[in-house]
Amino acid sequence: MVRLVLNGKLHDTGDASPSMTLLEYVRENPNLTGTKEGCAEGDCGACTVVRVVNNKFEAVNSCLLQLGQVGSSEIISVEGVKNFNGGELSAIQNCLAEGGGTQCGFCTPGFVMALFALGQSPEEKDDPVIHDALAGNLCRCTGYRPIVDAARIGCIKNISYEQRPIESPPEKYQNDNQTFYIPKSLKKLVNLKGLIKGAMLLSGGTDLGLSISKERVVPENVIYTGHVSELREISETKNELILGAAVTYTEALDYIKKLYPSFEELIRRIGSRQIRNLGTLGGNVGNASPIGDSLPCLISLDASLTLASSEGEREVPIESFFVGYRETCLKEDEVIKNIKIPKLLNNQIFRTYKVSKRYDQDISSVIGAYLLTIENSRISSARVAYGGLAPKPSRATKTESGLEGNRIDEDLFIEASKQIPIDFQPISDHRASAKYRTKVATNLLIRLYRDLFGSENELEVVKVQ
Amino acid sequence: MSASEDIRGGVHKSAQHDSAFKHVVGGAVFIDDMPNLPETQEVALLLSPHAHAKILNIDTSKAEACSGVAAVITANCIPGLNDIAPVFSDEPVLAEDLVEYAGQPVAAIAADNYDNAFAAIEKIKVIYEELPSVLSIQDAWDKGQFTYEPPKIVSGDAEKAIKDSDLVVKGEIACGGQDHFYLESQIALAIPGEGSDMLVYSSTQHPTEVQHGVSRVLGINQNDVTVEVRRMGGAFGGKESQSTIVGAIAAILADKCCKPVKLRLRRDDDMIATGKRHDFLFKYQVGFNPIGKIEGAIIDMAARSGNVADLSAGVIGRALCHGDNAYFIPHTLFRGWPCKTNTVSNTAFRGFGSPQGMLAIETIIEHVAFELKMPVEKIRSVNWYGTSDRNVTPYGQTVSDNIMPEIVDRLALEVDLPRRRKAIDKYNASHETLKKGIAMMPVKFGISFNAPALNQAGALVHVYTDGSVHLNHGGTEMGQGLYTKVAQVVSSVFQIDIDNVKISSTRTDKVPNTAPTAASAGSDLNGMAAYNAAEEIKGRMAQVAADHFGVDSDGIEFRKNRVYAGNENLSFSEVAELTWSSRVSLSATGYYQTPDIHWDTKTMTGSPFYYYTYGASVSEVVIDTLTGESRVLSTDILQDVGSSLNPAIDLGQIEGAFVQGMGWLTSEELVWDERGRLLTHGPSTYKIPGSRDVPPKFKVHILDDMPNKVPTIYRSKAVGEPPLMLAISVWLALRDAVARVGDYRFRPELNAPATPEAILLALEKIQVEMGSHTLNK
Repeated sequence: MVRLVLNGKLHDTGDASPSMTLLEYVRENPNLTGTKEGCAEGDCGACTVVRVVNNKFEAVNSCLLQLGQVGSSEIISVEGVKNFNGGELSAIQNCLAEGGGTQCGFCTPGFVMALFALGQSPEEKDDPVIHDALAGNLCRCTGYRPIVDAARIGCIKNISYEQRPIESPPEKYQNDNQTFYIPKSLKKLVNLKGLIKGAMLLSGGTDLGLSISKERVVPENVIYTGHVSELREISETKNELILGAAVTYTEALDYIKKLYPSFEELIRRIGSRQIRNLGTLGGNVGNASPIGDSLPCLISLDASLTLASSEGEREVPIESFFVGYRETCLKEDEVIKNIKIPKLLNNQIFRTYKVSKRYDQDISSVIGAYLLTIENSRISSARVAYGGLAPKPSRATKTESGLEGNRIDEDLFIEASKQIPIDFQPISDHRASAKYRTKVATNLLIRLYRDLFGSENELEVVKVQ
Repeated sequence: MSASEDIRGGVHKSAQHDSAFKHVVGGAVFIDDMPNLPETQEVALLLSPHAHAKILNIDTSKAEACSGVAAVITANCIPGLNDIAPVFSDEPVLAEDLVEYAGQPVAAIAADNYDNAFAAIEKIKVIYEELPSVLSIQDAWDKGQFTYEPPKIVSGDAEKAIKDSDLVVKGEIACGGQDHFYLESQIALAIPGEGSDMLVYSSTQHPTEVQHGVSRVLGINQNDVTVEVRRMGGAFGGKESQSTIVGAIAAILADKCCKPVKLRLRRDDDMIATGKRHDFLFKYQVGFNPIGKIEGAIIDMAARSGNVADLSAGVIGRALCHGDNAYFIPHTLFRGWPCKTNTVSNTAFRGFGSPQGMLAIETIIEHVAFELKMPVEKIRSVNWYGTSDRNVTPYGQTVSDNIMPEIVDRLALEVDLPRRRKAIDKYNASHETLKKGIAMMPVKFGISFNAPALNQAGALVHVYTDGSVHLNHGGTEMGQGLYTKVAQVVSSVFQIDIDNVKISSTRTDKVPNTAPTAASAGSDLNGMAAYNAAEEIKGRMAQVAADHFGVDSDGIEFRKNRVYAGNENLSFSEVAELTWSSRVSLSATGYYQTPDIHWDTKTMTGSPFYYYTYGASVSEVVIDTLTGESRVLSTDILQDVGSSLNPAIDLGQIEGAFVQGMGWLTSEELVWDERGRLLTHGPSTYKIPGSRDVPPKFKVHILDDMPNKVPTIYRSKAVGEPPLMLAISVWLALRDAVARVGDYRFRPELNAPATPEAILLALEKIQVEMGSHTLNK
């Protein structure tokens, strides 16, 4: 039995499976059918609800969340929004309804929740922020203009609010043949990992959640990392940023923005707010997808991982962590504890570029990440990594050598870029052809030159005013 | 007909969508939100993994033994006919001995919950014998494989006209298909009643067709079947014929297990198993004179019909009828090729073939301009339909309401095209990486179903004794605001506030034998039917009031929720009560048939359209020459909607259609593997526009003071589909940006959708041409 606060009231989920998705649960049991299933893969946003964490209102995809993940948290669905405005409709609901922001209305509850969360946040609600907040919601009827208009005036903070206290989750939820473990410490986590073979190690669930929502997997054992204190830590040393493996993208953003602004821009294009509020860098790394957006960046930045088991800890450079297509050197009894990212030196520049069919919430065709060290007006060292070009995110070693020349000009970058087809032999799929991937990976080096050393003020279509 | 000044929500006012406040609190009930009846079963489908295969054997015994399973059906279990073809015949619900596309339903299971049905599906064992498959338009065309007899529109002698022309161009262009991606996937809930009764809640634009399909597959009468739909979570043509299979499977299962059965297609199954917009391949040759006047055109329009005809005849017919767009072409040969492929049968999608036909002719106009080194606008202006001559379409209809040149001139002036072009020249000269482009798109769109029989509608109106009104009609609500517009009509007729008009679910037992809500004609048809019903009751009420006041019924006026006779008046509700007590009926049906239309499907000639709508757009884009990424920077639209029934709703239709069209032409790409399996079957792989993709400068002007020349409902015009084609300006602007990279010396080779990859490839071709050009010097 999972206990949570649902629309302001304490709620027990009874004998529902702890791996049941929050979406299916709220639609069936308390009959909160305002929350819709549009895709069951976290891409359309019709299932958006708000999770309140430390008095912060976060939009999340209820289709990806397992009940066990939301134990002891506070969830607000579209039916509960009026509680925050003395039982009256909130401004965003009025603005959407009055301004033509709804047509068929199926996506609307999701938009209401995404914008309700935005309204509760202290951000300035300018257009880029509004688009950022809406990137996880698809509407097929309106063409978005009235929704964006509603957001401009209707994202107003509702009455002040104190999160209802609720006891922290138990060590596990159990139901029939399923156990959902909630370790609170690294020690407990690694013990469980060593003991329970084949358990689903669950972090944000933005990828693994699909096995539940679409493939209808009923996992016998789940070990959830979201409450492991060591994995939730963010710290900084003189030389490194250390991100616990269960830190969400959203939580990491401010730190990354300060140290690696280009990386922050990229993270804003990973999924949507709904996804980034759940997804973790540790999950992205552990997943080891060749198109995981953060991975080429972490390789280029020469990050390292701390891997932990009941035997102890070891540190591996992230580059050697990936050994093949979705294969890592993580042992059966190990978990990723944290990711250590070296800080940039004064003479280092980092850039990353992502190319996809759609700017927001799309999976990259190609992603390039570049760390250049400049000494005496030349590139003394280049760490170049790409995603989408090989079975695993990989460095472009020949290209790197090509950049380490004795001068810096566009020819140097053009010459170096000719090594891309030697470094990589990509495949064709539904996102892009091999030819396109190679060509773009090559051309991104020219963008890099123009970005760092050229004179053009506009280099990306999204930035054109 | 008079409009309404003093009541809430009459016609021509921006009344809100009737469900807007339900939408924002999650209180609008969609079919999956209805409380489950006891013992409601859920369904999973078995879809063919092969594009083309014989079914040698199906063994369902293990599935039947699975926990919770109530019924398993294959083609053999269908009590009536295994055929749900909307136009032709032989279009099965479940594949019998042959599967013709990967994703075709082969079997279905109803179980006590979805997971049990899903688990049991894997236990069905099917033995297939794979056959060679035909997966491309070109391949089917080469093999002469068509789903029905290929149609053509012929006027004059195009071949001779082209031969006699000063100049001739030939070319090819292709455009992709499009998934509807309605947010609510297909769903039906079938509830067996007593005897052979079957009630089906269906998310459908065409309740009558679901009714017919269910009666046919169950072998029962149409009067045994009732279909109801309150609202859909989007449809866009995807729930015109495609909802029938969903309703039919649910009903067959419900009939078999005698329990309510709900079939909700999960997103991936929805995208894999149901039809989409037709992709087209065009080949053309056009003859013209030195000022660009077109003398003759031959356009071959080959479409991916898919495994069966479904609605392809209508779609291709409409493509052929819009291959002229707004231009007079004296000699034409437009040939349609309904290519039979081993892919899912394509179907209706907003525009219904017209977007594709227009994309072809606009490519041709651009080609002629390129050949003559003249601006596209010049070519357009010498080819517009005339008003007194040069005004007959290739299919024989006289264009009598042409306002295309005025609209285009007004918009061109508004956006100052020459200045914008100069600014772009300057930008492109100073930017190496990014390049801009700009283009205009004119749209003339014919309103009415090509098939005359579908241009009829019915309505049912009751007035109750408290003065509240119950409204029902044959149109369906998919988000487009039809229910609101028709309620506005009724509110205007009675001169009562719209709050007093209750809009009720569309049901086949209230208004029978309906046409689909499609072809942009929903409010034209149903608005007029409801008008007629309300006028009928109003006439009776006026007589009762006249008797009461002792005046002639001409002296009765309905105004501001009251009924007046000179200085005396009663409230509307008092007159309703009085009418009842006088034993006069307060209920009426209304009926409407569109006048003056005819169409001969054999010769493809006639006057199929009651009128045309006109619109134009200008879009400016920017492309990245290193990656092919693109973005729309601004769009200006001028659209004719006649005297708008509801300017707010019409604006929503224009903006929404434009963005949907933009998606079709840019980011939405359907990809199949070499075995014919769809790879893009969810929003993670199939990318419809998001909020940031909408032009940041997006100005929509509705043409005012332009009532429809024909007497439509309050002189309004249809609006659902026409603005989608305005998005072709985006695609033309992208082509312009690519062409500018080569200083207009080479024609861009850019099909639709113009994905980043397609744009980069087109740029590369231009760069190669420029390279070889330089070498040759």
